[in-house]
Amino acid sequence: MSLVVFTSLLFITSVIAGFLGSLTGLGGGVVIVPVLALLFKVDIRYAIGASLVSVIATSSGAAVAYVREGLSNIRIGMFLEVATTLGALLGAYLTAKVSTHWIAMVFGVVLLYSAVSSFRQKSDNVSPEPKQANALAERLELKGSYPGPNGPEPYIAQRVPLGFGIMFGAGTLSGLLGIGSGAVKVLAMDQAMKLPFKVSTTTSNFMIGVTAAASAGIYLSRGYIDPTIAMPVMLGVLAGSLFGTHILVKTRVKTLKNVFALVIVALGVEMIYSGIAGKI
Amino acid sequence: MSKPTDQDVDISVAAMLRIGITLAATVVFAGGVLYLRHPWATTPNYSHFQGAGRSLSTVSGIGGGLIHFHPQSVIQFGLLLLIATPVARVVLCIIGFARQKDRLYVLVSSVVLLVLIYSLSKGAR
Repeated sequence: MSLVVFTSLLFITSVIAGFLGSLTGLGGGVVIVPVLALLFKVDIRYAIGASLVSVIATSSGAAVAYVREGLSNIRIGMFLEVATTLGALLGAYLTAKVSTHWIAMVFGVVLLYSAVSSFRQKSDNVSPEPKQANALAERLELKGSYPGPNGPEPYIAQRVPLGFGIMFGAGTLSGLLGIGSGAVKVLAMDQAMKLPFKVSTTTSNFMIGVTAAASAGIYLSRGYIDPTIAMPVMLGVLAGSLFGTHILVKTRVKTLKNVFALVIVALGVEMIYSGIAGKI
Repeated sequence: MSKPTDQDVDISVAAMLRIGITLAATVVFAGGVLYLRHPWATTPNYSHFQGAGRSLSTVSGIGGGLIHFHPQSVIQFGLLLLIATPVARVVLCIIGFARQKDRLYVLVSSVVLLVLIYSLSKGAR
């Protein structure tokens, strides 16, 4: 295959991945790695290197839009980034220790989880009764207020150590697989720490870039970031996701989301199979 | 000067992020154009991992290729700018928290910055 054909195919695939990823809130990285590994037969280490770079781009790109809404909480984000960046260091370290078969299998499981989590009820944790006081969250200033229908609704984080622990795991997955692991980050904030859903998703997006940067240095030094693969992937995912965030406000995406979730399930099964069969 | 609110910090961070990714994407794109000068060359085989060479996996190596406008070094430099963007965001947050006299969060953000610097120093040799 000639250079221009290969690069164009990668670019177009990445635009689609970025577009669907932002439309469904699953992120582009989670599909680009299996597609590169399974369809383009690119070694999974190059694939996760290119994906990680595109994750930084989309997180920073989308943050611009989210910050305007004023929903993300920089203190909660920064506090939890201590956990995610340390986790990311561990994950990036593990990529050299763990065989690619295992990476493929773990990736497959994460894909299946992501597909399932995209169907979870997105009920908000803003409850009418005041939240229980939480001494640790109070001390760490892990609170804020959320624009509700009846004026600002105050919120405060619950179960801080549990949330911090899950965030460490999210960081490890991000460093191991080159993905944003937004689904796990949202799980930590929304389910464990009982933060409002909108605050969880926007703060999660904000954290993804910093988490990815923590493994990027290690990836770079190991040669996982190949410029000729990362270039079309990063530009494509960025373009696709910016387009996706633009469309998001205007369209109903239920059918598209279902289709995309099925694609992710198929990729997840294929990744697990390829890992077990030793093909990746 | 009055203390900046969280919203002020957020806005300066957003502006910085916008500049960072625009710059990074432009440099990566320019490198891509250079790279496709010989569009019909055969694509290297990526199914066997060899790893990007030293000239593309260290900051000094990338800098060395950049002054000769090696296409891959230009792309890699753009990616370095991209990686630097979230680092700059953390630095801006430290400044914002310092101006708010929030010592606890100056400390928390500094820990995050140290972890980032540690990781990047791996690639800086």
